[in-house]
Amino acid sequence: MKKYLGPLSKDNPILVQTLGVCSALAVTAQLKPAVVMAFSVTVVCACSNFIISLIRNTIPPRIRIIVQLLVVSFFVIMVDLLLQSFVYDVSKMLSVFVGLIITNCIIMGRLEAFALSHKPLPSLMDGVMNGLGYGLVLVVVAFFRELLGSGTLWNHQVVPDSWYAAGYLNNGLMILPPMALILIGVIIWAKNRVTER
Amino acid sequence: MIEIFLRSVFIDNMVFAYFLGMCSYLAVSKNVKTAFGLGLAVCFVLTVTVPVNYLIDKYLLREGALTWLSDRFAATDLSFLSLIIFIAVIAGIVQLLEMVFERYLPALNMALGIFLPLIAVNCAILGGSLFMQERNFPTVVHSLAYAIGSGIGWLLAITAFAAIRERLKYAKIPPKLQGNGIAYIITGLLGMGFMCFLGM
Repeated sequence: MKKYLGPLSKDNPILVQTLGVCSALAVTAQLKPAVVMAFSVTVVCACSNFIISLIRNTIPPRIRIIVQLLVVSFFVIMVDLLLQSFVYDVSKMLSVFVGLIITNCIIMGRLEAFALSHKPLPSLMDGVMNGLGYGLVLVVVAFFRELLGSGTLWNHQVVPDSWYAAGYLNNGLMILPPMALILIGVIIWAKNRVTER
Repeated sequence: MIEIFLRSVFIDNMVFAYFLGMCSYLAVSKNVKTAFGLGLAVCFVLTVTVPVNYLIDKYLLREGALTWLSDRFAATDLSFLSLIIFIAVIAGIVQLLEMVFERYLPALNMALGIFLPLIAVNCAILGGSLFMQERNFPTVVHSLAYAIGSGIGWLLAITAFAAIRERLKYAKIPPKLQGNGIAYIITGLLGMGFMCFLGM
């Protein structure tokens, strides 16, 4: 059990292995799209890990990248269609980043490093845990960006009106792209303080 | 057209505004020379794949795109296939380019060498095609201008970042922040710099 927990902290895909950063930062201006994105990546990662692991002995090694891409894009299209039909507003907000899950290095990385050499069930587990590790960072970043940038959480106002009346201002910079990078840098710093004592 | 070009280099810069291709951006920026090589490769592949995907999107996938075949297809909408087709086109073109370079341009092949295969799974490339689809450019030339612009933007970003990173060795950074932590923060600061182009 313990070896599956690595992705949540010690081997976190974003913080330690710097994988899948691309989509991680773009969707974190608010909490809701971040949670949806985290969920989609977890589903795609787990399912494609499982499938690739099932057929791992029949894939010719020379064309494995193409096979992996096809399996992943199949699941991404499924997720994309589901999002469009059930949470249309979030799907609009995520725009191209749902499609970009295909080239998310976490998924390709896990397929290469784990699913090709392990049995289906452990691969499924590994996919879920990596997806969650990715989601964890997304949610933390989105929490701070939405709270400090718009004064809301999940679209509900949390900063009381009396603060605004007293002169409190939202930090508009938080919503802009550069701040996401700086926040991740700070989170890595904090994480290194805690884990590498 | 020039506006599209300049916009995609500076304002909608792939790295700083959309974080595309961050993985290789962080991994291959240890020195300026390799960073420049990867930047060139990305630029090149974008320039080839985006117009090709534009044509495919316009004449095969979009709703009503197949009317040139027969009027019966006027209501056919294949856009749900675009993800899988785009990625297949990109993987195919990268493979093809690699073979052509190996045969006819060995010097360029040596320079781009290991980067070419990596590029098939670089999100900047697929992202370029997806943004192209979202923006509805009127002609293929517009999409070409967009592709070259974003490629150069990416090249600019990774070269600048690699140059800064080389100097970082001599800077005093808190020990726990070294490596990835400071790399993210520098990218953020560079991005803030690029935000100045917003009013252009």
